[in-house]
Amino acid sequence: MQELLDNLKELYALNGITLRNPSLAWAEVTPERLVGLLTQLRDAHGFTHLVLMTCVDWLEDGRFQVTYLLHNYTTRQDLGLHVYVGRTASELPSIHTLWEQGRVYQQELHEMFGIYFPGSPGLGEPMILESWDGPPPMRRDFDTRVYSEETYSHRQRTHHEPEQHMKDRLYPED
Amino acid sequence: MSDIEQKDKPATQPEWVKDERTLTNSALPSEEQDWFCDARPRRVEKHWQVLENFMNWARAHSLWILAFGTGCGAIEMRPLVTARYDISRLGMQMRPTPRQASVFVIGGYVSLKTLKRIVRSYEQMQGPKFVVAVCSCAINGGMYWDSYNTIKRIDEYIPVDVYVTGCMPRPEAVLAGFNLLKKLIREGKAEGQNLYADKFDWYKANQKQVIKDWNMPDYNW
Ligand code: SF4
Repeated sequence: MQELLDNLKELYALNGITLRNPSLAWAEVTPERLVGLLTQLRDAHGFTHLVLMTCVDWLEDGRFQVTYLLHNYTTRQDLGLHVYVGRTASELPSIHTLWEQGRVYQQELHEMFGIYFPGSPGLGEPMILESWDGPPPMRRDFDTRVYSEETYSHRQRTHHEPEQHMKDRLYPED
Repeated sequence: MSDIEQKDKPATQPEWVKDERTLTNSALPSEEQDWFCDARPRRVEKHWQVLENFMNWARAHSLWILAFGTGCGAIEMRPLVTARYDISRLGMQMRPTPRQASVFVIGGYVSLKTLKRIVRSYEQMQGPKFVVAVCSCAINGGMYWDSYNTIKRIDEYIPVDVYVTGCMPRPEAVLAGFNLLKKLIREGKAEGQNLYADKFDWYKANQKQVIKDWNMPDYNW
């Protein structure tokens, strides 16, 4: 794994390489070199399986961290790639040409974080948030509580102390 | 029973109301508007009491459930059919389509996307029809009380006859809910369907207020 990453480091300007254990490594890559790197990993190094694509919102740093996790079935190794992208007008290259299921992840990231993936099929269609028209809800500056209080009507809550409640029910005279 | 109060009528009619009896289906493309019925649901009048009592007795003994689980609480519906709880001894069974069902069990939290399907399925059910809301989430939002996409009060969108609280309620609790429903039906008090017909405008306005991309007929049946 170390050897592979060392080889690729020069070519793809990999950053922050960490080897967690012999079969799991992380690295950072820039958005421009992402698709080239993924293609090489898939076609030349056996990382044929896209395990997941996910995103973390680092609100304080003003950027999103998008993670691509790949798996190699012959060597049983996982490789995670981090890509950082700004929080406003975020745009990343689409990988649906490499892995078709990337389309679904990209659709979800678009819906939940508002990241744009040019060319990804079905990107504008609602998936989970059908009928909903607020901002992307997983961004950390979106306050779900305020939104829910403004949008939906809530039932008034009443609280009962269990002990007192049962007393009143069972022994109303006392 | 639900504790809804009728809000004041709006001064101008919304565009989906043509007149007292007719709906416009205006959210559909113009060529599709004729495909669907434009009548509102109508109140079912009662027969004379003896016949009504007999019918209610019969209704209470053949409740067919629409097998549509909205959230995680619906998992408790499965044990009900097994030998241990065996709802078929109560004359109940699961049906795959709204057309054959008379009880709609809201099994858990209701997201906006689900609400659309719920409204459509509920309206497609043939009368007499009843709704049992299982789970805290359907009653007051439960642990999704601050969620951006979960409906907090299902009784503002469809009429509910019986609530079963719990997260999630045990099958015994659900059975107790069904027994209560049977009691209400026998007493002629499970009037959700008529409530829906009477307050149709209010329910519809609530539904359209949260479902932002309304693209269904105004009343599907
Ligand atoms: S009340 Fe609990 S079990 Fe029921 S839908 Fe809500 S979270 Fe799920």
